[in-house]
Amino acid sequence: MLGFGADLLWADMNRLLAFLFHQGVLDEQFLQLQQLQDEASPNFVSEVVNIYFHESEKLLNNLRGLLMERELSDYKKMGIHLNQFMGSSSSIGAKRVTNICVAFRAATDQSNRAGCLRALEMLEHEYCYLKNKLHELFQIEQQRALVAGVRYPVQNQ
Amino acid sequence: MDTDAVVSFDHVSPEDSHEVHVLAVDDSLVDRKVIERLLKISACKVTAVDSGIRALQFLGLDEQRRTSESDGFVPSLKVDLIITDYCMPEMTGYELLKKIKESSMFREIPVVIMSSENVLPRIDRCLEEGAEDFIVKPVKLSDVKRLKDYMTTREVKVGSHDRGRGVDDVGVEINNKRKLEEEEETSDMSSSPPSISTLSSSPSVSSPSSSPTSSPTVLASPIRRLKMSSTD
Repeated sequence: MLGFGADLLWADMNRLLAFLFHQGVLDEQFLQLQQLQDEASPNFVSEVVNIYFHESEKLLNNLRGLLMERELSDYKKMGIHLNQFMGSSSSIGAKRVTNICVAFRAATDQSNRAGCLRALEMLEHEYCYLKNKLHELFQIEQQRALVAGVRYPVQNQ
Repeated sequence: MDTDAVVSFDHVSPEDSHEVHVLAVDDSLVDRKVIERLLKISACKVTAVDSGIRALQFLGLDEQRRTSESDGFVPSLKVDLIITDYCMPEMTGYELLKKIKESSMFREIPVVIMSSENVLPRIDRCLEEGAEDFIVKPVKLSDVKRLKDYMTTREVKVGSHDRGRGVDDVGVEINNKRKLEEEEETSDMSSSPPSISTLSSSPSVSSPSSSPTSSPTVLASPIRRLKMSSTD
């Protein structure tokens, strides 16, 4: 019965992953991260992704702050933040977020305030979506580990 | 997990000379974690630092230790490869590359540049300055595997890192590769040289990537393998 539950959760996880791939939310780099997870580093993906979330939120706050400045917005600084955001997003396979960063950066290159505002909104939305979906994924994974753990109790407590 | 530490390294004894030791330089913590894991899973020892300055400090080449080469300073861990991000604040990967190649003690160490942007002039500049390879991010296992093959080839060819002659062999090899590339692509500026791993990138956004496929599979495309073997 418990094994059956673990299998269902495994199917859920794969279904969610397939969906995210299909939507272009994630790309093959995320698979690459999963390949780097093993017994030596069993939580690698969630560790890296959590670092990514932490850094991304700082970057988003900085971007919003820079754009909302009453004086002239520092587009160059925004570009630097976007480069960082782009880099880390592509490193974890967050394809849609990466693409929006690209568009956003193009708008900063042109000092296009309206374009930047639109891009920031899209970026925040997309990032939010990604975060929710990845949390969902990790939750299923945790449940699966729990269920598998009950069936195959860990030797060393 | 030491998220606050800017340097992380494995404890090694000096006798562990057969395992490759890589110095990884990247200001992004996410990228540092990923490259560290990629290297460890490929059986490399890793020291990861967050800036060019720290990399130089680790090697003993920083401003405070300008005399490192004359006073016989030897870094505690021999470095077999340096892999560095290009875009970093204060000191770029290119500047770090130059400093390493200017040093008589460390110029033999192969330096690989990583960048999220597939910019041909940038790639050329780095290769001309003596970079071993240029990897377009995101870095994959296949990229790291290829780097390891370099190391093995080098050791087989050169015998030991202490022999300065090895540098010339590798330098000539790189020049030959580049000559071949120049002959192959005379006026076609949009395609990048096939012998470097720009083909592994799919999310490259600025310039048209010569990557023949953007399929989600991580397997190297047969075309890439063909291209790579044709310039060997």
